[in-house]
Amino acid sequence: MTSWLVRRFAASIAIVFAVVTLTFVLIHLAHGTPFLPTGDRPLSPEVIARLRAQFGLDRPLPVQYVKYVAALLRGQLGESFALRRPVSDALADAIPHTVTLAGAGLFVDFLVGLALGVYQAARSRRFADVALGNVSLFFNSMPTFWLGLVLLLVFAQRLHWFPVGGVGDPVLCPTVSSARCLADRLWHLALPALTLGIVGAAGTARFQRAAMLEVVGQDYVRTARAKGLAERRVVLVHALRNALLPVISLLGLALPFLLTGAVLVEWVFAWPGMGRLTVNAILQRDYPVVTATALAASVMVVLGNLAADTLYAVADPRIRIRSDA
Amino acid sequence: MNAWKWLALAGALAAALLVAGAVRRRARDSAAGRRFLRHPASTPGVFVLAFFVTLAVAAPLVAPYDPDWMPGIVELQNRPPSRLHPLGTDIYSRDVWSRLVYGARISLGIGALAMLVAVTLGAAVGAVAGYFRRWVDAALMRFVDVGLALPRIFVLLMVVALWEHVPLAVLVLLIGFTSWFGTSRLVRAEVLSLREREFVAAARALGARPGRVVFRHVLPNAAAPIIVSAALGIGNVMLLEAGLSFLGLGVPSPAPSWGSMIFDGTQKMAVAPWTSVFPGLAIAVVVMALNGIADGLRDALDPRREAA
Amino acid sequence: MTEPLLRVRDLKTYFVTEQGSGTARAVDGVSFEVHPGETLGIVGESGCGKTVTSLSILRLIPEPPGHIRPGSFIEFEGRNLLTLAPRELRAIRGNQIAMVFQEPMTSLNPVFTAGDQIGEAAVVHQGLSRKAARRRAIDMLRLVGIPDPEERVDHYPHQLSGGMRQRVMIAMALICHPKLLIADEPTTALDVTIQAQILELLDRLQADLGMAVMLITHDLGVVAGSADRVIVMYAGQVVEQAPTVELFARPLHPYSEGLMASVPRIDAPPRQRHGRLHTIPGQVPAATAWPPGCRFHPRCPYAWDRCRQEEPPLLDAGTGEPGTHTVRCWLLTEPRRRTPRP
Repeated sequence: MTSWLVRRFAASIAIVFAVVTLTFVLIHLAHGTPFLPTGDRPLSPEVIARLRAQFGLDRPLPVQYVKYVAALLRGQLGESFALRRPVSDALADAIPHTVTLAGAGLFVDFLVGLALGVYQAARSRRFADVALGNVSLFFNSMPTFWLGLVLLLVFAQRLHWFPVGGVGDPVLCPTVSSARCLADRLWHLALPALTLGIVGAAGTARFQRAAMLEVVGQDYVRTARAKGLAERRVVLVHALRNALLPVISLLGLALPFLLTGAVLVEWVFAWPGMGRLTVNAILQRDYPVVTATALAASVMVVLGNLAADTLYAVADPRIRIRSDA
Repeated sequence: MNAWKWLALAGALAAALLVAGAVRRRARDSAAGRRFLRHPASTPGVFVLAFFVTLAVAAPLVAPYDPDWMPGIVELQNRPPSRLHPLGTDIYSRDVWSRLVYGARISLGIGALAMLVAVTLGAAVGAVAGYFRRWVDAALMRFVDVGLALPRIFVLLMVVALWEHVPLAVLVLLIGFTSWFGTSRLVRAEVLSLREREFVAAARALGARPGRVVFRHVLPNAAAPIIVSAALGIGNVMLLEAGLSFLGLGVPSPAPSWGSMIFDGTQKMAVAPWTSVFPGLAIAVVVMALNGIADGLRDALDPRREAA
Repeated sequence: MTEPLLRVRDLKTYFVTEQGSGTARAVDGVSFEVHPGETLGIVGESGCGKTVTSLSILRLIPEPPGHIRPGSFIEFEGRNLLTLAPRELRAIRGNQIAMVFQEPMTSLNPVFTAGDQIGEAAVVHQGLSRKAARRRAIDMLRLVGIPDPEERVDHYPHQLSGGMRQRVMIAMALICHPKLLIADEPTTALDVTIQAQILELLDRLQADLGMAVMLITHDLGVVAGSADRVIVMYAGQVVEQAPTVELFARPLHPYSEGLMASVPRIDAPPRQRHGRLHTIPGQVPAATAWPPGCRFHPRCPYAWDRCRQEEPPLLDAGTGEPGTHTVRCWLLTEPRRRTPRP
């Protein structure tokens, strides 16, 4: 297993490098000056000079590339002129919020999705399965941000059960300093996480249902029944354990979805994460921020996939232990 | 809305019913078709898709008003659904139903075109990688890995930011260029197994050039994952375009793509929810129909089922 | 004669097929008995219903497409298995009646160790703790002849060879000392040398544990070596039933005759040895459309009008005690017709 993991890790690094190169190329194609604004955006001359020197913008392209990569490795992502602070700072503030939201969304996604998938597989072809299948198809087909808008409208604006947006109460709880503040954060997290989670759960449920149905038809399930095990144990221990394996690889696919959805959901709920940062940056033509967030998102996806692959390798004994037979 | 428009609407519904009925009849004749029909969402999916396509094609006949007409920006804005405006008016007093109908052209059109680009690219790359294997495969698949690692929306947002003005055609191409990676993996897998079959050896024994073998012999047999990808792809593209337009970065105003309609309605959502709810509902329904059709197609075309 | 351990009367298991091809009558009126300590061989080609019969005994037939018809009767130690409540049936499965399946790789759960799977039945049926069950599993592994059982008990199925997996299956089935072991083609997926080892193992275990074995196979050689009595099945029915020696010496049903003749013999005279192999002409009919009358008549070299019109019951061949050798063939009533047509 370790050799396999090392290979996956090396591949991940290669992918990140490729992404970095891609962004570099794109930026140069566009206007040739990474991390620097163009046009009429004001930035103090000292900052401009510093950045120019740092990135060697008068040097040939390969040199610029090397300096670009070196800067990235040092965590230097340029200066945001809209926010008038280093991009890395802005990202450092925003990323935890996105991670929280994506994490909560993932939690809801898998909790609801797995339960629903197992239940639907157990009631396969009967009314409950068909009805739930259609409902879940509907939720999987809707734009995530639209669901967010609707939930916001109904539960926040009309019913006042949840707040209308934001991460927490800025006055009373600027940081999570008490249990009450934690509760306040969770209260704010609820609707956006639900939005991401419900749409994701619908997809997960479909997948899990299919995995369960395939596993339940396998010979070893018949063997388990022949041993006189209760049906519940057959399904929840013998079948589910195998059906969960493909779902773990679904985790890898869920990440890009969550990050993409997070962009729009953050916008709807005024959630101060990477997505909102990016959109604001675009509307203000703040290129350094935009490229930095694209990079950060890609790195997150790659890391997430690596984590999912590791989890899979650990969970499937056929990969974890190479056979001697 | 006058009687003619109601008639036109009924006509669209009838046309969709006819198409759905015809599809059902044809499908019953083959085992694959019967597998398609077994899915509860496939026939309704055909009906819904046919309905919206009819709406898009016959938009001038069905829509009661011009989608850009603003009869009274102040007096008639944000009116709830009524006899005159069946789905209400938006913030600029434009009729929501008319915009929805014309918007079908834009949203479905972009979806179909971008999907075409994506599926063509994906199938071509996947087929070449699967057929030639070795370093060609390795190189292409690394490229695909990178493509899959980039969350599409960030890439698109980055491009939109870097090039300040993106014409619609370029937008369609871009969406297509960022959406083909998954398809290529599927096609590659299919081609890998197909290339071991006898008809490939036969074609090569006849002296066919590799390109000809790939495109004329192998790919048509790999149609199943391509078709399913296409059906799903339209839905995904529509959702992506809606997201971009919702941010104000996709289809430019005043074109009534369903996503930009939602964008228009966001500000006054509390007061006039119908302006955002109906276009979103339209997207959900159409994507659901496409997903239902894709499910049916996946089962119908699955070669493993042929043995059953 | 002792009371039979298992008594099957008129078992009918039908399957509903899709697209209106009709009902597949996979098992269509099968009756037999298994006595304590004996090995009953069930022989037949694929599609004759032998596997479905074995699955029906433990009610492992998937219910939507399949169902056991009312009027079928399966009695184990005096209890009707078909009317037992699910909980009582589960107490018998793996405990009093155990089953070994054909494909050891797919029949073992890939994500659990051999020891876990073997010990599970003991935990569930005998209330053993996990540690005790593990120790018992090691004992069972030793019993079935797996070297280094203390190590192997923690191995996963993919780490074991085919022969070892089958031994694990047997260990799993025997851990609760069942009275009846149903072995469905236990050696089909294995090499010939491993086959011999597994059969020898089953023989030894049977002698040591005193259990009855239902050995299902299409291989006559397996049956000849291991079974006390044999049932030949064709088209969902029992067509001949006899003690093994008797069946091999005097196969009375034309199908059994054909099966015996199809096995190439090393001691056959040279002309026969180098001639063409004997085959039974024709093919097994589809279970949705059994031929009328005697189901074997389209392929039978002796068939006459009666065979085409009337389905023969199981008739006694008259050797030994009544019921020892029964045959489903009209030839028993008109033995002179036993001459092959030109």
